[in-house]
Amino acid sequence: MTAIDLAALATAPQQEVARQMGVCNACRYCEGLCAVFPAMELRRTFAAGDVDYLSNLCHNCGACYFDCQYAPPHPFAVNVPSAMAALREESYARHAWPPVAATLFERNGMTVTLALMLAVAVFIGGFVWASDPAALFASGLEAGAFYRVMPHNTMVVIFGGAFAFAIFASMMGVIRFWRAAGPMPVTLRSLWRAFGDASRLRHLDGGGMGCMTENERPSDKRKLYHHLTFYGFLLCFASTSTGTIFHYLLDWPAPYPWWSPVKIFGVLGGIGLTIGAAGLLIERRRKHPALRSGGDGGLGQAFIWTLFLLGSTGLVLTALRATPAMGILLAIHLGVVFAFFVTMPYGKFVHGLYRTAALVRHAHEQASIK
Amino acid sequence: MVLKSREESVSSYDVLIAGGGNAALCAAIAAAKGGASVCIVEAAPKDWRGGNTRHTRNCRLAHDEANATLTGPYPVEEFWDDLQRVTKGHTDEELALMTLERSKELWDFLSESGVHFQPSLGGTLSLGRTNAFFLGGGRSMLNALYITAEDLGVTVHYDTRISSLEIEDGFFIAAETTRDWQTDTPITGRIEARCFVAAAGGFEANIDWLKDAWGPAAENFLIRGTPYNTGGVLRLLLDAGVQRVGEPDQCHAVAVDGRAPKFDGGIVTRLDCVPFGIVLNARGERFYDEGEDFWPKRYAIWGRLVAAQPEQVGHVLIDAKSFDLFMPSVFPPEKADTIEELAAKIGLDPANVRGSVDAFNAACIPGDFDHTVHDDCRTERLDPPKSHWARPLDTAPYYAYTLRPGITFTYMGVRVNRDARMVMADGTASPNLFAAGEIMAGNILGQGYLAGIGMTIGSVFGRIAGERAAQYVRN
Ligand SMILES: Cc1cc2nc3c(=O)[nH]c(=O)nc-3n(C[C@H](O)[C@H](O)[C@H](O)COP(=O)(O)OP(=O)(O)OC[C@H]3O[C@@H](n4cnc5c(N)ncnc54)[C@H](O)[C@@H]3O)c2cc1C
Ligand code: HEM
Ligand code: SF4
Ligand code: SF4
Repeated sequence: MTAIDLAALATAPQQEVARQMGVCNACRYCEGLCAVFPAMELRRTFAAGDVDYLSNLCHNCGACYFDCQYAPPHPFAVNVPSAMAALREESYARHAWPPVAATLFERNGMTVTLALMLAVAVFIGGFVWASDPAALFASGLEAGAFYRVMPHNTMVVIFGGAFAFAIFASMMGVIRFWRAAGPMPVTLRSLWRAFGDASRLRHLDGGGMGCMTENERPSDKRKLYHHLTFYGFLLCFASTSTGTIFHYLLDWPAPYPWWSPVKIFGVLGGIGLTIGAAGLLIERRRKHPALRSGGDGGLGQAFIWTLFLLGSTGLVLTALRATPAMGILLAIHLGVVFAFFVTMPYGKFVHGLYRTAALVRHAHEQASIK
Repeated sequence: MVLKSREESVSSYDVLIAGGGNAALCAAIAAAKGGASVCIVEAAPKDWRGGNTRHTRNCRLAHDEANATLTGPYPVEEFWDDLQRVTKGHTDEELALMTLERSKELWDFLSESGVHFQPSLGGTLSLGRTNAFFLGGGRSMLNALYITAEDLGVTVHYDTRISSLEIEDGFFIAAETTRDWQTDTPITGRIEARCFVAAAGGFEANIDWLKDAWGPAAENFLIRGTPYNTGGVLRLLLDAGVQRVGEPDQCHAVAVDGRAPKFDGGIVTRLDCVPFGIVLNARGERFYDEGEDFWPKRYAIWGRLVAAQPEQVGHVLIDAKSFDLFMPSVFPPEKADTIEELAAKIGLDPANVRGSVDAFNAACIPGDFDHTVHDDCRTERLDPPKSHWARPLDTAPYYAYTLRPGITFTYMGVRVNRDARMVMADGTASPNLFAAGEIMAGNILGQGYLAGIGMTIGSVFGRIAGERAAQYVRN
């Protein structure tokens, strides 16, 4: 007698998100849960740029899936977190720069693993070939030991270059993403708000109830692990930056004593990164099957493992630098760092940039309707 | 090892609760807090648990002061005035006043049970002062109540229906349950309990029962909520001699999008565009004043109006001028550049539709259109008239939505006293039969509806039933 005459269920991630947003916009029960719903309510129709933007506003907290009266097995089949996760990953590929690199997203797990293995192998090989093989097994306590293995300037050129490329390519992707959602000015106020929301992961908490991973029982573990990962990462970055400053401005080369900022930042950061990434891996396993995104080409998995290796190889290197294992550990750690940089624009790393960009747009949009 | 036949499974609890919605969970939490062992029997599978509660959004609460989300005071007296207005006096004053008084406690009770509230943000109804909105909606609210109940040790059986009740002279002894009743291998069981709480909703999903009262037209009704509220428990109780309240043909029926699924279409099938256009029946004729009042005040009469039309269907026609004036609908409208083309698309006779539109257009007198007030855009010498917001349909593209009657809930139920104890046909109260929620809402809401009061009644009586049951068990 009656037919459900919604737009035919599309497989394209954008169409699916647009379809689901059509249901949500008529319902709006979730409007207090996060930024996605108030942003959705500003629109009546959902164009390609809109759904890309909304998907990157979603923090995948899971609340609106467990709270939805139209979630499967209801025929409306609303599962916002999973539809948006699929679209996010697709959107990273679509906006990637250079565009040919989009294919790197397809089998991302493979890409990242290969990059890791290759980089580590090249570093070990490079050390053996370029320097005195004995140096590879020297203890790292004496001043300049690291740089006997790899001269500091070479290190700076290689990593500075890789990092600059990663930043440039990632930013090009973000700019393409931003433009697709339509022109909008970037104001200091919206940047400030967005950084505040991003740094606290304000929207990873189901509107105050906590995020839902395994089932409808809220838990804040994912937020905690993400904070450990994120701030761990920033501390590692701060450690490297202070190291560079010490080297060039203060003429104080490595190794540094335990109380130096380089060491404190590095060790704390490494611990945060390692525990945080391990926690995120565990939480991923726990995820309710309905929340595992359909089109997950291993992006999340590959990224978390890279971060885990980044943190843990750094910690092991610090712990064992006085032993003959130092050279080989340094090669492994540098290989991981290098692989992290070159895969950065072509993997889950960009989620932080896209999400922050979406929060900036959201902050501006909300400010302009008030 | 001897395998006990599963057919013979027998268990026993202090309190047995039929149903898995708001009323059932409030009763379970209150009874468990009172020290009773509690078992909930829910007919639906876990994915569909919670009856109509999963479709709700808010709850109406009396309160003397504004708080973080309620924007101003809503005294019991004002609540009582509102209730009397909508029920036109069809309410049990003693029970109603007690409900409104005790609704003041619900904010704290629900908050303690893990329910979060949010300010009312958008939407068409402005209920921010009187109603507390559940963060994440009714299903989120239910999830919190289930977690709280489970943490208090309440047992929950899903996919299990109460199939018969053993009641002697108004005294509850045991219930027969059927697990996996939707499969080919149902398993019967027996649950003995010292008290029984009936919180199994109304019978709005029982089409045969609706047909008894409404005739064959009921076949074409859409049920806005759960397919599991088929009134089985209500029927068992009435058969066991419990007194009835309300009439079987009383139900809350609104006009919803005709393309909604038969069950569980919920809130998104609502259509707010009637005041902006004209509504035609299957013959292409208008049949009622579309602009009589604001939609929130009229949507509930349109259910009955459409139910009385041939094939129980109505078609709203609007033009491009009005398209952005109402909440977006979940179903895209039919769209065409001419009235005739649109008529053909929705299966109406183009000539009749053209005639109705022309007659309407010619009768519209010019005015200042303003959809936020009762404006002066109306028709003259047209029967039926359109009293407000009448503007000629003359700007392509034209759009059409289909309307059908959507049943929200039924009013007939069991009579209770202020302890939530069921009252038997002879007027005596049962010692251990309790009722809460929609199954007894007719005591308070004899007719009409006040947004959010369904949850109020369920929570207040659920708590009372749970508390009294636990007391009875302790003594
Ligand atoms: C679309 C929609 C929106 C609504 N919005 C609101 C709102 O915002 N605010 C408001 O106050 N009210 C609202 N209502 C009304 C509200 O849903 C009801 O008043 C309220 O849910 C009643 O609660 P209850 O616990 O009595 O029944 P329900 O929540 O319907 O629960 C009944 C339970 O009994 C179970 N059951 C049925 N038969 C059996 C059996 N034989 N054995 C075992 N279990 C059985 C069902 O599976 C179900 O779990 C809305 C209703 C609808 C349809
Ligand atoms: C650059 C530093 C960052 C690092 C190292 C980092 C790391 C991670 C990791 C490892 C995951 C888990 C991936 C997965 O499970 O698929 C993740 C998920 C996530 N990140 Fe980040 N992130 C960073 C920046 C950000 C920023 C700035 C934001 C917010 C704007 C953010 C928000 C999120 C969210 C919401 C998730 C999803 C949580 C989940 O699904 O479990 N991240 N991040
Ligand atoms: S996720 Fe579900 S409950 Fe939430 S707004 Fe969308 S349709 Fe409504
Ligand atoms: S952040 Fe959470 S509530 Fe918001 S859309 Fe994503 S999963 Fe849903």
